[in-house]
Amino acid sequence: MNDSQTSTNSEETSKPIIEIHEMHKWYGDFHVLSNINLQVQPQEKIVICGPSGSGKSTLIRCINRLEEHQRGQIIVNGTELSNDIKNIEKVRAEVGMVFQHFNLFPHLTIIENLTLGPIWVRKTPKKEAEELAMMYLEKVQIAEQAKKFPGQLSGGQQQRVAIARSLCMNPQVMLFDEPTSALDPEMIKEVLDVMIDLAGEGMTMLVVTHEMGFAKSVADRVMFMDDGEIVEQNSPDVFFDNPQHERTKLFLSQIL
Amino acid sequence: MTKPTTAKREQLKPPITNVGIIGWLRTNLFNSWYNSLLTIFTLIMLAFLLPPFVQWAFIDSLWNSSAEACRDIDGACWSVIPHNFRFIILGFFPEGQEWRPILAMFLLLALVVYSKERSRWRKSLTWIWAINLIIMGTLMYGGVLGMPVVETSQWSGLPLTLILSFFGMIVAYPFGIFLALGRQSKMPAIKTLSVVYIEMIRGVPLISLLFMSSVMFPLFLPEGVSIDKVLRALVAIILFTAAYIAEVVRGGLQAMPRGQYEAADSLGLNYSSTMRLVILPQALKIVIPPSVGVLLSVFKDTSLVVIIALYDVLKTTMVTLSNPQWAGYSKESYIFLALLYFVFCYAMSSYSRKLEKELHTGH
Repeated sequence: MNDSQTSTNSEETSKPIIEIHEMHKWYGDFHVLSNINLQVQPQEKIVICGPSGSGKSTLIRCINRLEEHQRGQIIVNGTELSNDIKNIEKVRAEVGMVFQHFNLFPHLTIIENLTLGPIWVRKTPKKEAEELAMMYLEKVQIAEQAKKFPGQLSGGQQQRVAIARSLCMNPQVMLFDEPTSALDPEMIKEVLDVMIDLAGEGMTMLVVTHEMGFAKSVADRVMFMDDGEIVEQNSPDVFFDNPQHERTKLFLSQIL
Repeated sequence: MTKPTTAKREQLKPPITNVGIIGWLRTNLFNSWYNSLLTIFTLIMLAFLLPPFVQWAFIDSLWNSSAEACRDIDGACWSVIPHNFRFIILGFFPEGQEWRPILAMFLLLALVVYSKERSRWRKSLTWIWAINLIIMGTLMYGGVLGMPVVETSQWSGLPLTLILSFFGMIVAYPFGIFLALGRQSKMPAIKTLSVVYIEMIRGVPLISLLFMSSVMFPLFLPEGVSIDKVLRALVAIILFTAAYIAEVVRGGLQAMPRGQYEAADSLGLNYSSTMRLVILPQALKIVIPPSVGVLLSVFKDTSLVVIIALYDVLKTTMVTLSNPQWAGYSKESYIFLALLYFVFCYAMSSYSRKLEKELHTGH
């Protein structure tokens, strides 16, 4: 934890891997995201929290263009997101995403779920892709399920497979959109453990979650969003012990 | 303490009224006064209808006699089938060349049976099909290896029915998928074209399309150019079927959760890979039952080509019946024909059920 923080501090001057400048997004007339400015350094772990409807999911979905922004700039690893489909595909291949509802491909086995990206996007030979997939399945401790279909696994197992599927693309950044919200309580820990391991290995992570324990132990920065704005961001110690804004205080009093 | 309890529970048997023949009768045939009434009614109807039918079809019937012998009996004259079998099945295909369409049909059947196993669905299968289709075409048309040319106007009977329906289905299905994808497209031109096409085709009966292809279409061609009649009918069937398949497939596409698209997108898969590897395999599986419905009706609708004077298996049967010698035996002929259609249709629908079961992955 201390290590990762010092490394982040020393890289403060290096080029950020994600840069968002004055970004706005509307759904019809509804202003979902307003004037977002965010810079993420390589290896930084950011936890985003806020009440539902505050735009936190929309924000991270903009980073791999699952949602389109209408104003401002988003630059991921040197590539600016625009309507250019080639750029979008390039960014998506570099940015892994884990969804609330796992979104595994139910017609493919676990191992086929994992090799799909490497084989068709990275053009990795099948055998090599399978070795890579097995390595990541072992990492999330689920290798023995490789030949099963997603429908035969528990929620926690499915989410770990989903994380492994993203990792197989060897991403620069991982986005987590409420990864534990759809899980039964006894399965939350197994998924969080995988995420904590991943953080320890220096992955750049943006995590939308309500798991404040995770935020305290892993995050370099905790961000609070409300009404489509970034209200406050700080290191977890300051954020939880000494929140600056009234809205943050209210939110924290409701969930802690 | 636990052991005796479990032993006791194992010994408990369901009440006698729920098992055995009596139980089965009770739950299936007499479970309410309404169903009991229906059961009794059905039994009475069967008692009235079945014996006369058996008498007619089996006891008083002749199976392989001359037409004259049939005049003297009350029962069915099944002899009409064996006596005219060659014409009903092969129609006007030239004498002495019968082995060609028969071999072609066997090839087609063998190919279908071979393709049933999912483990054989590889790229090589497409080539096997392509090569065999060329062989079948050559067998039918001839002109090489000492086989005299048989013009398509002489193709008739069961081979014609199978050609129209199988080629119709095989070409129409992928075409329909493209139309369905086109209708979902974000590009307005493609979307509009697909919608207009689908709605226009679905707005007219197949018969009028067949008429157009055989009567109107040649008017637009320059003089001296003519397109084969069978091919024109086939094109009409394909165009017609594709529109229906498109709507069925669109239903499957709409049933796909957004998350599947998003997961594929977030891996960086492009549009065609997303569709081919993630969306279509699932969507097409969902729509197996309605697709088979469409394909079955295509198979049966090919009999409509009689109105443009193509002699499919229905028309050859009708021609047989116009022979004064056999004119009175339409019942027998049509029952035979119905059985022939039924065998093909039932094979298709039972295969689709098997496929559905195999593709089920427990979600």
